[in-house]
Amino acid sequence: MTDPGTTLEIRTDIRRGTFHLDVDLTATPGQVIAVLGPNGAGKTTLLRIIAGLQPTGTGHVRVGGQPWDDPAHGVFLPPDRRLVGLVFQNYRLFPHLDVLDNVAFPLRARGTRRHTARTAAAGWLDRLALTDLARRRPATLSGGQSQRVALARALAADPLVLLLDEPTAALDAHTRTQIRAELRHHLSSFPGPALVVTHDPLEALLLADRILVLEGGHLVQDGAPAQVSRRPATDYVARLMGLNLYSGTLTDPTTGRVDLDPAGVLFAAGYDPHDDEPHPAPPAGTRVRVAVPPSAISLHTAEPGPGSARNVWTGTVTGLELLTDRVRVAVQGPPDALVDVTPAAVAALHLAPGLPVWLSAKATEIATYPADHDPPLK
Amino acid sequence: MSRIRPSVTSSPLTSPSLTSPSTTHRPRITWPLAVPATAGALFLLIPLAALLLRAPWRHLPGILTGTGALGALRLSLLCATAATLCSLALGVPLAWVLARTDHPATTVLRALVTLPLVLPPVVGGVALLLALGRTGLVGRHLATWFGVSLPFTTAAVVVAETFVAMPFLVITVEGALRSADRDLEEAAATLGSGPFATFRRVTLPLAAPGLLAGGVLAWARALGEFGATITFAGNFPDVTRTMPLTVYLALESDPDAAVALSLVLLATSVAVLALLRGTWMAPGTGR
Repeated sequence: MTDPGTTLEIRTDIRRGTFHLDVDLTATPGQVIAVLGPNGAGKTTLLRIIAGLQPTGTGHVRVGGQPWDDPAHGVFLPPDRRLVGLVFQNYRLFPHLDVLDNVAFPLRARGTRRHTARTAAAGWLDRLALTDLARRRPATLSGGQSQRVALARALAADPLVLLLDEPTAALDAHTRTQIRAELRHHLSSFPGPALVVTHDPLEALLLADRILVLEGGHLVQDGAPAQVSRRPATDYVARLMGLNLYSGTLTDPTTGRVDLDPAGVLFAAGYDPHDDEPHPAPPAGTRVRVAVPPSAISLHTAEPGPGSARNVWTGTVTGLELLTDRVRVAVQGPPDALVDVTPAAVAALHLAPGLPVWLSAKATEIATYPADHDPPLK
Repeated sequence: MSRIRPSVTSSPLTSPSLTSPSTTHRPRITWPLAVPATAGALFLLIPLAALLLRAPWRHLPGILTGTGALGALRLSLLCATAATLCSLALGVPLAWVLARTDHPATTVLRALVTLPLVLPPVVGGVALLLALGRTGLVGRHLATWFGVSLPFTTAAVVVAETFVAMPFLVITVEGALRSADRDLEEAAATLGSGPFATFRRVTLPLAAPGLLAGGVLAWARALGEFGATITFAGNFPDVTRTMPLTVYLALESDPDAAVALSLVLLATSVAVLALLRGTWMAPGTGR
């Protein structure tokens, strides 16, 4: 599993009109990396560069130290000479071949005899529970079945690197859950590095042991799922993870006072840059992020008594949204906040848009962390 | 006027677009269009009917087995098939280049290779003589280096027919290759398939209906070739005298034989049309 032969290194810098992709990434064998980002962030382009379907602008693609794409040295391996398995978002199964021959295709392409290729393909069908579909044409398959066949076909090529582009985006909710569980199994047993492009945070959290966030062609965050979900670097990630995220300046390290942009003050009890041991607070003036879960904030219709919470501020309710068992209340501050309350609380407090409220949050539920990428949050 | 249904109206003022805005109903038939349409249909059908009505049905077997008709038919089928195979071997790669390159020169090349579509076949025959004749541009070297002389041989018939028929195949196959899914070629590449293997295993099978249509079209065109053949290959019994040439000659001496031979060519055309119907409608689909 730690064979250094299949480490993937990619460095790319492409500009095409307004599109810009600037990524520097090393993926180690066995690592499952989710590339998370909004549409148009360059996620699919990144996969296409690794697969050789388009060249890297400047930079390189190396696998196990071997250059696949290195314009500085005039190296470009065409896709058919790279050992890469790419599962396309729309599967791209060959309509004129049945399931068995689709999966046997990569073996046949490398000159394996038909019988041997089919035997090997049948093994993959067996592993992905597709044996019953062996003689079916792709047009007769469901989305989930097509996804499985596409994965079997990619794995049958025995790739060094596995790439999945939005693997569950085209599936219905029930099938999605099932396919995710299967993908988790197959990805964890894949020996090389695997990249899964997705815009679904849950998928990233379930499948990956490392999450890259790509926004506007730039890597804005790179970390373990637990870190990304609790310490989002940008508004986009915070929204995906359902957190209130603020940027500001640590003005008093002893009290943990943070002056937020553009207005508002929060007191945070801890400072933990990398989500492990508490660290000594940095000097005053340090730019920080503050993440506050909506469940850590309470709403009151009268000013709360002293001593209950360090953070108390006023705001106006601007909207309410029913989540399955909670109500998410949007409050205009400063600072603005999303607050989760029970439906009973909505009734008791007569919460409605326009209602002035007090908000409170305990300092112990708030953590600050360094702003690694510091374009100011919107 | 409230009921919209297919009917023949006597008013020349009511055109389909005015009276039935809904496209789910068939338009009414209007005289200014119906009269020339009928005349056009009759113009195309009456000669065929005449052929069928005037055919010497009783003597048909005798005529077809005598007077070199069978030999001519055999030669025609042989040459048309050979010309189709040549067109496939050269035309499919050419169609692929035209479909897959985006260079300005491609546009010019496409115009030039499809020129024989509109060129009078006799002109094609003359051009072939100038190129491949004994003293022609290329033919001269064929004669001195290999001792080969093409004109007035069966091979010349195949060359003439290929020249005239191949453009039909090229444009049909190019259309099919264009509509073939490029995404699947990309997928094949990521699965380790080189460009030629992808062409053979993915692109061609997906373009198969277009290939069949183009092949049949080229074959039919080659079978009926007259002008280029008689100019470049001449008119020698059993060597270059194909069915169309035989029909033309027979008309002078033995009109019954001409009609009988025409009937055979008509039957062949109808068979081709029947074969095309299934594939012609949806070229480029992978079924």
